[in-house]
Amino acid sequence: MTTINPTVNAARAGFARGREEIRQTFTNSQDLWNYLFPTVIFLVVMFFMRDATVPGTEFSLGSRTLPSVVGMGIAFGGLVTTMMSLAIEREDGTLLRAKAIPTGMFGYLVGKIVTVAGMTLAAQVLVIVPSLFLLDGVQLNSFYAWFTLAWVLALGLIATLPIGAVFGSLFSNPRNSGLIMLPIMGLVAISGIFYPISSFPEWLQGLAQVFPIYWLGLGMRSAMLPDGLSAVEIGESWRHLETVGVLGAWAVAGLVVAPMVLRRMARRESGSSIAERRDRAMQRVT
Amino acid sequence: MAVVDETGVPAQDVRPEAEDAVLDVRDLRMRYGTTDVLKGVSFTAHPGEVLVLLGPNGAGKTTTIEILEGFRMRSAGEVRVLGVDPAHGDETWRADLGVVLQSWRDHGNWRVRDLLQQFGRYYAPYSNDRITKPWDTDELVEAVGLTEHAGKKVRRLSGGQRRRLDVAIGIVGRPRLLFLDEPTAGFDPEARRDFHDLVHRLSDSNTTILLTTHDLDEAEKLADRIMILAGGTIIADGSADELARRMSTESEIKWTVDGRRFVHSTLDATAFVRELFVEHGETLGDLEVRRASLEDTYMSMVKQFESGAAEAAVREFTAVTR
Repeated sequence: MTTINPTVNAARAGFARGREEIRQTFTNSQDLWNYLFPTVIFLVVMFFMRDATVPGTEFSLGSRTLPSVVGMGIAFGGLVTTMMSLAIEREDGTLLRAKAIPTGMFGYLVGKIVTVAGMTLAAQVLVIVPSLFLLDGVQLNSFYAWFTLAWVLALGLIATLPIGAVFGSLFSNPRNSGLIMLPIMGLVAISGIFYPISSFPEWLQGLAQVFPIYWLGLGMRSAMLPDGLSAVEIGESWRHLETVGVLGAWAVAGLVVAPMVLRRMARRESGSSIAERRDRAMQRVT
Repeated sequence: MAVVDETGVPAQDVRPEAEDAVLDVRDLRMRYGTTDVLKGVSFTAHPGEVLVLLGPNGAGKTTTIEILEGFRMRSAGEVRVLGVDPAHGDETWRADLGVVLQSWRDHGNWRVRDLLQQFGRYYAPYSNDRITKPWDTDELVEAVGLTEHAGKKVRRLSGGQRRRLDVAIGIVGRPRLLFLDEPTAGFDPEARRDFHDLVHRLSDSNTTILLTTHDLDEAEKLADRIMILAGGTIIADGSADELARRMSTESEIKWTVDGRRFVHSTLDATAFVRELFVEHGETLGDLEVRRASLEDTYMSMVKQFESGAAEAAVREFTAVTR
């Protein structure tokens, strides 16, 4: 018998876990609806925005919104999906099961990354493909465009996923984690997703540029829109260097903090802590 | 017989060598804030033994088992699980343990067979020349009686089926030591019987099992050895027969004298009855001597314990079993 490295083995099992979870999402009407519903809304919004123009240009505001929405979608996938599923799976005991199995926690995390990344990707495809038929001016016809899209997507996920995991570990009650949706929605409003922010007060612009949502939107616009449109962005440029800088900083911070927070959370999991949460949840139901 | 006094030191039993003990717990203590939950728990378990930790709710059974599983830090005491301190157990150690958790609604979208397959994969690197891990999925599904439901989603299972799945997940890695915390809570009688069969089959294959319950009947059916945990210590330790014999020393005696009825409880029924005959002779009638069962004694202890008179209950119980 050949010896198998337990860590490599767990990574493979984690991949299988993630694949299975993605398959389950696509065969579950409830989950599928959760992904399709916002997509439909965005498509309708963008469709009605197609005749409005980006201020100072002739370019369709709807077409400008598409890449921004994709950038926001990546941030949401990394932050919110990760956070919610960690909080829920802590409460229902999924994490404790992983803890009771050798290398199970590592496999669980690999599985979570595969699931979140896979579903985020799928959700963006769901937005992009129909938009290409509905909207004019979106250009995804060069290698450079796809290359930019790929690296912004990858870096965006690395920047947001660990942060989502940190928030997910901090909330012991998944319903409380909904609270964090308010500031995130606020960030969306000031991050230039649906309207350019170059006309906003400078302090608001500055605030938006601290967080990943703005940079993900900008990065995706740089991938999908004609070069001339960089003129309406802050600094009249796509600012790739700054995009890498800010998203990279979030990625590093997340990758340093997340393992610590996750380990601390995992240490505290036990049968009785699950039972306690179950009882509390039952009380909420009745 | 392994009577244990209040300091947790065995009075008669010779403690076996730690090396061949699957579990070796000495003077385990646990304190939450200012409350002492465990005040010096000591016991050992040998390969293939089924140990039942019996005690009223809140006696510290779950705390004990969670410390042994490595899920909870202890305040003090020496603990060896498969020769390793559970506070520092690595993944190889974990691969020899089985923990049966209570499922609630986790993995609801998974199919039974897929889920067991997924969890089994993690054990593959820990196979050795004695044992191949994990347990074959189809054999395992059959062993827990879920063959008909193997393709079902977990959330479509009934409570009893779900519990069997929990056990299957606990044993998928063919553990040397299996922990079960209140395994049959909420079972109907049939599910309970099936579960007991499964436990017997596992112990036949030399798996050591530690399970907790507050149900004496269950403890008697399953245990090679029962340990009664109350007031933070193990107040009795022995086979069901040993405990029953020891506790049945308390008897209830009923009699009549000239048509008037009397009742008395005593530890030495024979001497008391001899006295009765000497005193009343021919006027004595309707004599009835009934030994209190293990259950009577245990139940009265639990009742007192739960009404808050924990210390008194334990004292009384210990006196009776001495």
